[in-house]
Amino acid sequence: MPKTENEKGFVDVANGRYKPKGVFHIPEANQPIFNKDTGKLAGITNPRDMTYMHSYGGEAPFFEGLGKGKLMATRCDNEKCDTKGSIYQPFRIYCPDCLRKNTVIDMTDLAKTTAKIHSYIITHRSGAFNSLPKPIKFINIEFEGVVTILMSVLAVGEPEFDKKVLPIFNTKSPTYTITDLRFVVEGTSESELPEGFTF
Amino acid sequence: MIKFSDKQLKIPKLMRPVYLATVGMSKFDRAFPETRTEELCIQAFTAAADFVNMTPSELKQYIHTCYYGHFADHFGDQLLGESVIHDRLGLDPLGNIGVKTGGATGGSTMWEAVKAVASGYSDCTLALGWERMDEVPTDEGNHLISAAADKDWETPLGHIYTGYYAVMAQRYWKIFGKEEDSFRDTMAEIAVKNRGYARMNPHAQAPMKITIEDVKNSPIVAYPLRALDCCLMSVGSACGIVCDEKTAYEITDNPLRIYIAAGSHTLRVADRRNMTIPLLPNETPDTYKDLAKRFPGSDRYPGFTGFLAARMAAYYAYRMAGIKDPIEDLDVIELHDAFTISDIQSYEDVGLRPYGEGRDYIESGDAYLTNPQTKKPGKLPSNLSGGLIGCMHAVGATGLMQIAEIGYHIWNRWDEIHEPQEKWDVFGRKKPDDWTSLQVKGAKRGLAISHAGVGSHVTAAILMHPNNLLKED
Repeated sequence: MPKTENEKGFVDVANGRYKPKGVFHIPEANQPIFNKDTGKLAGITNPRDMTYMHSYGGEAPFFEGLGKGKLMATRCDNEKCDTKGSIYQPFRIYCPDCLRKNTVIDMTDLAKTTAKIHSYIITHRSGAFNSLPKPIKFINIEFEGVVTILMSVLAVGEPEFDKKVLPIFNTKSPTYTITDLRFVVEGTSESELPEGFTF
Repeated sequence: MIKFSDKQLKIPKLMRPVYLATVGMSKFDRAFPETRTEELCIQAFTAAADFVNMTPSELKQYIHTCYYGHFADHFGDQLLGESVIHDRLGLDPLGNIGVKTGGATGGSTMWEAVKAVASGYSDCTLALGWERMDEVPTDEGNHLISAAADKDWETPLGHIYTGYYAVMAQRYWKIFGKEEDSFRDTMAEIAVKNRGYARMNPHAQAPMKITIEDVKNSPIVAYPLRALDCCLMSVGSACGIVCDEKTAYEITDNPLRIYIAAGSHTLRVADRRNMTIPLLPNETPDTYKDLAKRFPGSDRYPGFTGFLAARMAAYYAYRMAGIKDPIEDLDVIELHDAFTISDIQSYEDVGLRPYGEGRDYIESGDAYLTNPQTKKPGKLPSNLSGGLIGCMHAVGATGLMQIAEIGYHIWNRWDEIHEPQEKWDVFGRKKPDDWTSLQVKGAKRGLAISHAGVGSHVTAAILMHPNNLLKED
């Protein structure tokens, strides 16, 4: 059963502290586990219903950008770094070589013009808490000038190696998770996008 | 392109020889609804004591520090599970520590135990691992495993770890496998081989007498991987005891030398940057000069097709132990066959074949105890335990099970562990009528590869009979 608004937990940050409000765990009694053949006690269930509060820290601009239709990345601009100029997507707060803070850049246009599929997989399986429609089409995307290969999902179209794809963003009701970013094959129309998503 | 410094590529050195004195394993199964974890750990430890004709109390007298491999605390809802097991084994107040490196946890646990002896801190250490993956429903288990990926960038994408690895499989399948039916058959052959070997192992969870067609007709998990291409989810425990020379010979008159090294690579496959291939002793730069021509799309190393962590573990370990050519210098091997295709990838990473040609290790018959084509002994039999596909993948115990199995071969005591009818009876398993010894005759040296998920951590453990070392200390 989905939780009602009164059963959910919400959090703000104020004065450098988390300020939770609402319900963060719902107690549920444990139940005995019996062996049906012997009638003897084998164990006990331990139900858990908890909500974590998780900081995005320096990656927050990436996850906030998705809801605004922006794909933010980072670039090392340290003159003294051997790998200066490397663009990272996934977004890395620090350069993995010099450990200086990277510069946040907007690579939305670069993604719209150069994204192509490096690898992919289609799976009909998922784990608990999955929110994506199945089958899930995992894709890894290469971008021109980017040294890494982002993982995402293909929302419209069939994946193939080197196929051009375009990013789409959950701008109408963002969840502020990586699922706000998906990709579609070139030529997809606005009307084919999943609910809430825009180019 | 990223580079490594000479200091980073220094060959690791053990400050004194380290010996494997004994090993033990529990029964492995998908679930033990009426057995606590400590019972399985005590089963493994008691087996190790039995193996050197000691009582557990006698064996414990030698142990100075303890290293516990247990990956997934959240499966058992128990932090400091190491402390629970340490107490139940009656090893307080000795120092102990938990080790967690995903699927490589068992190997990493041994890595720590060996270093403690090599440094002189301890003369005898216990490396013991276990995993408990049966106490949540399967879909929640899938979620908990997916939490070993990046929780912000990967886990929300389906909460299914297999998917994060399968993009690597797909790339390997297309570039090196060329989507050929024959390559698909070779993948299936690994599943047939390993499940078949598991039939001779009373500890094994999933022995099966199957055909290539059975594998190819099993349900799709993530194309091209099917259910019978995939490893097991298991519960169980395994252990090993390592010592300096003097202590080892007090415990047994036949200890084995052990060398072990580790490598790592990015948790997210997405973060992998290009580099040149670190070469193993049996390779030269010419080995790969035309790789991209022969396999278009393979110009990016390690890309999605190689496990750099496995390559680095072998890079260090082979040079530590004096191995020039693993096929020639080793007699038996246990590889981390999480999936049939990742098994093939590993053949290349650890130099059984050059990159791009891993399939030939199976197709040549080298990987079998008896080469099916020549009917002669295979050059380097792999996963005679049944591997992760046929025997078990109780994560924290897996690497230790592999080391134990290699040890049994070199000790020439494989039959003693796998044949007795009493063990089959105690484990509640039927010994096959066609039970056959898988003892590798005359085995002197072996290798066990312990590997985490998409290759974030890998260890390479090499065992040798002390009379057959390849390098002076």
